Amino acid sequence: MKVPLSWLKDYVDITVSPEELAHRLTMAGTEVEKIESTANWDNVVVGHVRAVNPHPNADRLRLVTVFNGAEEVEVVCGAPNVAAGQTIAYASIGAVLRDPYSDDPDATRRLKKSKIRGVESQGMVCSEKELGLSDEHEGILELDTSAEPGTPLGEVLGDTVIEAELTPNRPDCLGILGIAREVAVLTGQELRLPETDFASEDPAASVLASVKIDDPDLCSRYTGTVIRGVKIGPSPAWLADRLRAIGERPINNIVDITNYVMFELGQPLHAFDHNRVKDHEVIVRRAKPGEKIVTLDGEERKLDGEMLLIADPEKGIGLAGVMGGANSEIDESTTDVFLESATFNGSNNRRTSSSLGLRSQATLRFEKGLRSGLAEVALRRATRMILELAGGTAASGIIDVHPGKDDEQESVPLSREKLGRVLGDSIPEDKVISTLESLGFGVKSNDAGWDAKIPYWRPDVTIPEDLIEELARIIGYDEFPVTPPAGRVPTWQPRPETTVRDKIADALVRAGMQEIISYSATNEEGENRVPLPSDTLDFVRILNPISSDHATLRRTLRENVLNSVERNLRTWRGPIALFEIGHVFGSAGEGLPQERIMITGAVAGPANDPSWSEQPRPSDFYDAKGVIESLLSELHSEGAFAAAEDPAFVAGRTAEVTVPTAGGVRIGMVGEVLPEVLARFDIETPVHMFEMELDALLSVEKSIGPQDIYSPTVRYQDSARDLALLVDRTVAAAEVIKIASNNRLVTGATVFDVFEGKGLPEGKKSLAVRVVYQSPNKTLTADEISKAESGILRSLEHQLGATLRT
Amino acid sequence: MSSTPTEESIVTLKAEALDQLANAADEASVESWRVEYMGRRGRLTGILRNLGSLDPDQRRAIGAAANRLKGELESALDERAAEIKRSGSSQPKDAIDVTLPGRRTRRGGLHPSTQIIREMLDAFNEMGFQTVEGNEVELERYNFDMLNIPADHPARDMQDTIWIDRERASEDGGVLLRTQTSGMQPRIMEKQDPPVRIVSPGKCFRFEATDATHEWQFHQVEGLAVDEGLSFADLKGTLYEFARRIFGADRKVRFRCDFFPFVEPGVDMSIDWNGRWVEILGAGMVHPRVLRNVGYDPEKYTGFAFGVGPERVAMLKYGIEDIRHFFGNDLRFLTQF
Repeated sequence: MKVPLSWLKDYVDITVSPEELAHRLTMAGTEVEKIESTANWDNVVVGHVRAVNPHPNADRLRLVTVFNGAEEVEVVCGAPNVAAGQTIAYASIGAVLRDPYSDDPDATRRLKKSKIRGVESQGMVCSEKELGLSDEHEGILELDTSAEPGTPLGEVLGDTVIEAELTPNRPDCLGILGIAREVAVLTGQELRLPETDFASEDPAASVLASVKIDDPDLCSRYTGTVIRGVKIGPSPAWLADRLRAIGERPINNIVDITNYVMFELGQPLHAFDHNRVKDHEVIVRRAKPGEKIVTLDGEERKLDGEMLLIADPEKGIGLAGVMGGANSEIDESTTDVFLESATFNGSNNRRTSSSLGLRSQATLRFEKGLRSGLAEVALRRATRMILELAGGTAASGIIDVHPGKDDEQESVPLSREKLGRVLGDSIPEDKVISTLESLGFGVKSNDAGWDAKIPYWRPDVTIPEDLIEELARIIGYDEFPVTPPAGRVPTWQPRPETTVRDKIADALVRAGMQEIISYSATNEEGENRVPLPSDTLDFVRILNPISSDHATLRRTLRENVLNSVERNLRTWRGPIALFEIGHVFGSAGEGLPQERIMITGAVAGPANDPSWSEQPRPSDFYDAKGVIESLLSELHSEGAFAAAEDPAFVAGRTAEVTVPTAGGVRIGMVGEVLPEVLARFDIETPVHMFEMELDALLSVEKSIGPQDIYSPTVRYQDSARDLALLVDRTVAAAEVIKIASNNRLVTGATVFDVFEGKGLPEGKKSLAVRVVYQSPNKTLTADEISKAESGILRSLEHQLGATLRT
Repeated sequence: MSSTPTEESIVTLKAEALDQLANAADEASVESWRVEYMGRRGRLTGILRNLGSLDPDQRRAIGAAANRLKGELESALDERAAEIKRSGSSQPKDAIDVTLPGRRTRRGGLHPSTQIIREMLDAFNEMGFQTVEGNEVELERYNFDMLNIPADHPARDMQDTIWIDRERASEDGGVLLRTQTSGMQPRIMEKQDPPVRIVSPGKCFRFEATDATHEWQFHQVEGLAVDEGLSFADLKGTLYEFARRIFGADRKVRFRCDFFPFVEPGVDMSIDWNGRWVEILGAGMVHPRVLRNVGYDPEKYTGFAFGVGPERVAMLKYGIEDIRHFFGNDLRFLTQF
């Protein structure tokens, strides 16, 4: 909302700087976004046109002699309306003016010395557009001032406009008077109300027109009057200027007055051509489903049965509180005006305007639910202004149909007890009363506290807490005490989803992975590049996507992770190792979709940063697998990896991960992504990916108790022996380890070397295994160890065909 | 980080640097001198980095002086290093090159949003607020209706919504991408009696055009306390404490009136950021209608609620110029935090 200070000054004296004013308004809830001065004209002064002569080389240009207070200068001017004797705005060389040929209001040009068609121009006579006052560039601006030539233009013209961002609870501040009321309270000044009285003549308004409300639930009050014999014409300059200053286009005096009063008081009004209302009979009713009306903007609107219509006995003449009808519009031929100022239901008004896509200045106010008292004040104000500026005769009395009269809340009680309880502080009695009264509330004291009569312009105040806010914001929030939070601290509740998730993220970070966070929405085409397991649920589709790139909720993190790998392969030289922990979604029919938390990560590119001490190597399956192993070991458990299949992964290079100690729960998988999938992401290097589900890891975490973590260290020495085994290529290392570990003296076994190829028989590989032997009861002898070792070798040979390499 | 550079600070720096360099007796002290003044976080580097905070005229003058000093220090360094070398090192034959990089464990990192969310949660957790998390897709009933934002209410304009399903088939209303994590308030309060003290982090979504300061997806950390005897003073106390934790103990904070439909009175908290007030948090006393909606008696219980945007806070704190970096997943961005 734009608030020109020149307009504001009609109602309140401004005793502080615009910056201070903006600060006080902001602190009290009306946030001022910017302060703009339209008076920033350097090198522009009042000038007198002394003579106008033809340009020697151009028919459409003239040579204008301007007296600038110091001397006469010659200016080349193309404006058709320049004439001797005018007082104008003269810009000398160096002035910075708005670029009249640009649509950007911030585009400026610095005036330079120049020759125009062979004649030097010593400056310029300005148009309104060049001065940034309006878009008017047809001719020069003629000043209406007695100021001496040479007076800086800023002293004659120009204004400061504050732009306030209003909260939706304060429709009163959508009127300049509402802002003035705030200013008056915040600066301790008197408020001057606009004049609303006028002379009237019989017959009575109720004789000249009638109003009937068929649907009082949507229209709690309708006031109207008739002004006959008006003269339609342009508004006087001051009125047109004010409308322009707030960004409105002047139309004609009647329409401008209704707009002006709306911007002054916050109450939208509408003027009908009285003689185009059939039988002068106005009916406020719901539209018939499918009923049509052509609105003022020339559009035909098809209505539904919940939209409120202003009609005459024959047809709709206006869409109540949204936009007038074209068939009853004020035009040059209008002589009699029917003026409407009514109170329409806010949510119905909002529903109508949003379903028709027709937001107007009127709906912006009505949708907030105005109080009915405002309607009459605005009607009287607009009538007075019409009589003043368009002439005519006002009918006596007004038409006032007020079915909602008794439904409106009159006052709000506030107890001292509540005030103290909510604010944690008390406010002196007289301060409460004077503050509320300054805001327009009628305050009565009683035993418990106060009763505040709600002013007609404040629909937002309905409960005691609203009054408390009024008091606190005017006194200033910073004036109230600060205490450490009182009250009881609730009993602690376990939230494993949060704590385990954080633990997982930390473990992955320690394993070298960088966390990423992607958008929760994608599109089908994008996501379909990655095949998903067949039990994946259907897409959850968005009704109003922000763009076609984000039209469905993601069902997987695989796409996001691969996108991120692709993006970083282009710009990142080091290892790419990243993961995301995020929600994925699947359609579950009615209601909320299924939502799960997945942990997906990938490694690609080099496995290590270039180093003087380490050989470079590409990352591979075992880097990805190692991340899962590190994670599980932080959860004090161990995974079992078994070859598995997945449509996105290379067969034979993919494993499913289960945790035997947690009932064999499947936590996810790890593998090499299929090259044809990678090709769809323009990735040319191998990517190894893992995917786990939080719920499964929660059950792993849950399966581990403190008793599973610690066992006393054994006092007796352990011994390590290495076995060099020859096995078939197809034998899984895990099988070997399992058999070795089955021996009761074995406390650990690891593969520390794998070799196949040269020197070995076809189809065979060599595995080097370190086996650790230990007994809790004694130090094992060499014999005991050898016996155990022979047992293991026998089992290996028997079960896996393994032989000792010699 | 260093404060705003001045010509004076450059002169002082030069004197200190040259003095200290003259006293460096061996290669190690020369190296630590180099790190102190000209390393990535060195003092001169700091000045060069902070030139951006100066107005253009000053930037030119001080920038030139700083660059000149850089050249001077570099040649002084080379000279001193050569001197030390000439004076003959007394290194043993089996000496190793101690300047070769060490073998580091490669660590990853948490996303900056996660980091700042955790920092915020830690602050609130310590004040007795327990973390609760919910789904990203929410019912209209919890996201709006229960929070005193009925359908066809202008307050809905404050949070343009991305819908999954708009039909109001039941009192649950439509299905939407949550516009705030505040839906956890009624969900928790429906299930338990006061005292309530929760803080709820998570992703939120708004139907909003994206630019350097607006994202349609962002995170929110939102909190709620309800009990007998909680007041505006407690709200202020909690948020002051939070601001001290996140922005430093000396940070100036101000509260002003603002409107959010689920609170009354409504509060906006701003912090002083280099002389400019920056809004970082919305808050207020829980609206009695919200309490009544979950079956709490507003004559008995009062409470306060607040919400803060981690990305906004991170942008302010680190001077991140474009919010779109957060979900761009560029390692060059992410690995800096």
